[in-house]
Amino acid sequence: MTDAALPHAAAETAAPVRRDFGLKRRHAAEARFRFYGIAAITIGLAFLAILLISIFSKGYTAFVQTSITVPVEFSAQIIDKDDKRATDPKVLVSANYPVIARNALAKALGVDPADKKAMKEISNFVSDGSRSLLRDIVASDPSVIGTTRNVTLLAAADIDSANKGQIDLNVPEAKRKVSDQQLAWLNQLKAAGQVSTPFNWGLLTFGASSRPETAGLGVALVGSLYMMAIVLLCALPIGVAASIYLEEFAKKNRFTDFIEVNINNLAAVPSIVYGLLGLAVFINFFGMPRSAPLVGGFVLTLMTLPTIIIATRAALRSVPPSIRSAALGIGASKMQMVFDHVLPLATPGILTGTIIGLARALGETAPLLLIGMVAFVADRPATPLDPATALPVQIYMWANEAERAFVERTSGAIIVLLVFLALMNLAAILLRRRFERRW
Amino acid sequence: MSVGWIVAIVLGIGAVAYFFAAQRARAQREGIDRSKQVPHSLPTYHGWLAFILAAIPALLFFLVFSLLSNALIQNRISNEVATHIGDPAAASLSIGIVHNVATALGKLGLSGDNLPGSYAALRDAASSSGVALADSGEDYMVPLAAGVNADSNGYRFIGQGLALLFSLAGAVFAYSRIRIRLRARNQVERVVLWSLLGASTVAILTTVGIVLSMLGETIHFFSDVNPLTFFFGTVWDPRFADAGSGATNGQFGLIPLLAGTLYIALVSMLFAVPVGLMAAVYMGEYASNRVRSTVKPLLELLAGIPTIVYGIFAVVTLGPFFRDLSAALAGGFAFIQAQSVFTAGIVMGVMLIPVVSSLSDDVITAVPRAMRDGSLALGATRSETIRKVILPAALPGIVGALLLTASRAIGETMIVVLAAGVAARLSVNPFEAMTTITVKIVNQLTGDLEFNSPQTLVAFALGLTLFALTLGMNVYALYIVRKYREQYE
Repeated sequence: MTDAALPHAAAETAAPVRRDFGLKRRHAAEARFRFYGIAAITIGLAFLAILLISIFSKGYTAFVQTSITVPVEFSAQIIDKDDKRATDPKVLVSANYPVIARNALAKALGVDPADKKAMKEISNFVSDGSRSLLRDIVASDPSVIGTTRNVTLLAAADIDSANKGQIDLNVPEAKRKVSDQQLAWLNQLKAAGQVSTPFNWGLLTFGASSRPETAGLGVALVGSLYMMAIVLLCALPIGVAASIYLEEFAKKNRFTDFIEVNINNLAAVPSIVYGLLGLAVFINFFGMPRSAPLVGGFVLTLMTLPTIIIATRAALRSVPPSIRSAALGIGASKMQMVFDHVLPLATPGILTGTIIGLARALGETAPLLLIGMVAFVADRPATPLDPATALPVQIYMWANEAERAFVERTSGAIIVLLVFLALMNLAAILLRRRFERRW
Repeated sequence: MSVGWIVAIVLGIGAVAYFFAAQRARAQREGIDRSKQVPHSLPTYHGWLAFILAAIPALLFFLVFSLLSNALIQNRISNEVATHIGDPAAASLSIGIVHNVATALGKLGLSGDNLPGSYAALRDAASSSGVALADSGEDYMVPLAAGVNADSNGYRFIGQGLALLFSLAGAVFAYSRIRIRLRARNQVERVVLWSLLGASTVAILTTVGIVLSMLGETIHFFSDVNPLTFFFGTVWDPRFADAGSGATNGQFGLIPLLAGTLYIALVSMLFAVPVGLMAAVYMGEYASNRVRSTVKPLLELLAGIPTIVYGIFAVVTLGPFFRDLSAALAGGFAFIQAQSVFTAGIVMGVMLIPVVSSLSDDVITAVPRAMRDGSLALGATRSETIRKVILPAALPGIVGALLLTASRAIGETMIVVLAAGVAARLSVNPFEAMTTITVKIVNQLTGDLEFNSPQTLVAFALGLTLFALTLGMNVYALYIVRKYREQYE
């Protein structure tokens, strides 16, 4: 500090220089910038909310199914006219069960069975699935023939929609799928307490069907389960082994670099390319069956491997060097150090990464379309080699169906898928909270 | 015996070998004078070594033998079929029929002595027991298939017998070799190390598999269709030809698909980049801890939602909404179609928000604290610091992140399958439907198709194009990101 500075400073205190040029403008810009940030977050969250609300509001009704309980007369006249069932059990299978269902309903509603037009509307009232329902009752216990029992039948999809209030009654009757007569019957049955809306277990157990009310996710759930099991069995051991090699044993050389570059690239390869790989290699070259969960599982394994490898390597890296030094110091070999000390400590991280990889695989659709998992499969697959579909593929197939009731089921299936994903992610979070150690 | 049984038996032999070897090693340890001799490996290592020697050579042999015998059988079939049929294109169909005939014979329990005289007779016999065979089989196939069955039974017998023999020999050899000073642990560890190495080469094998399989089919495709008309053609009209006719009536122009792909990716990036980047900046620089810890996981939920759900959302909710909105705006005429570039782009953009925001978050937090503090200390406001200091410093990283995001957008399938439409046309109007490479791959390969027609093979050419495109972007992006990171760390 020199004396020369003093007069200058004195001058400044005497007449302060304005230093806030443009400050207002700059603060306005600051506020604008903040607003952009808030707007961006709002947009993102708004889309999340709209998406979830639109799915849930459309889909929650799929979890109940209108059912009609009526006394059904298992008339021997219709089922087994010539009384041959002792010698020829096939008659029980091929009997005209829809007529039985129709007659039961006509009786409950007080409709004259001779009125052909009314009878036709009545047969559209209950699901065609009543045929197999009644058949199974008779087949499991032929003694019901000739008796009358209360049976709960599924309502047809349109009646189901009407009961859930999804059909616009202002539309003229001719353009509606449900006639005024059918609505009147529905109200009549409701008043008699014969209409119920129980939880729709069929959505989770039935296989593919062209009728919405008997279409379900049974095959898709089993198929997805098989695939997840295969992914877990293949991807976890291979992924962990590869990570251990790269993280603990690999020498820094070109070969190792090449593997690393490959893994990073595979993580970003579009999933549909894995579908092409599966089609060309597993199905065409190795001759594995199309539509099989086995092939789907292999394809998803290859797709999930990079995710698992990256997560496992991070988990291995987070185990502190002191653990390794301690193990080596008391005479463990390097292999013993890895398998007995490092790997157990890295397990929570590995499992978390694996669950997240599995969740991604569970939601993946595109590669499965190419290996033929878009198939109409009515029976649940017994082994991973039988044709099956997967949860997201079933959603895709239902989305392409024209009938109104499938829209509801599509959203319902999405809810099922999202619930599974949420559970898996929750498990991953809990696992991380519970076992993660900060060194 | 099936393959599963052989594997199970071999593993069983291995387990028994493990038990006895460990037992023997333990017994040897008991009887020594530790002051003179120190055992080298723990008994369990001797056990594992016995297991390895019993199981691995046998299983490897079985695998190689099965592959070889399969190749021999294939060779025989194609040779014999070739003597009957000149045209190699038709031969693959006949080879398939021979395989089916062989399976049917096996199921019916027919072999050399009780063969049906003609193909028609076999077909009737098969269909009566529920096995369907193609119409176009010929009589020579029946004895050929029976011969093939006999061959494969013979090969299987030899292969399984030798595998079991190898397994037993390995077990006995390992058992007899057990000594106090045998370096069993080192040997086991060497095997484990090799298998770890083998597991990590799966990544390489996958890449090689992708490239080779698609390259093979693509070359096949280019033998029918000129590569120039594929890469520079402006008309996409594949025209499904009749099965087996091999006619190339269709036009396979990549340009409309590529244009649609890039257009939709562009729209999605125009939506996702500002939103994602601003969200990341706000959460990194402005938001309080509490806001960040609730908003961030919520935004990341968007990344966890499967793409099929986004596709359905576009078709069921957003597409009709935009259509009705445009109709209301334009007085009745819906200028936004329900399936359009715009709808698909917006929905894909929503999907990409968390991708952009988490990638740019990583990049922004990598900018050294000192630069931020310096700028703030000079009197810059926070937004000025971000815009003029942090973003320029993070720019290469952000560009890399955007390239990675764009490659996701280009490879995305389900959203565009549902929301973008299937009409392949060149248009600049974002409110009309366009189609993408991925949509056409799905279109060409779903359903029952003749596998050798250009109509299906083109999917592999498209796939290879897509792979090359995304690979190029990813490699370049990783290169940029890596280069950028090295500057600060």
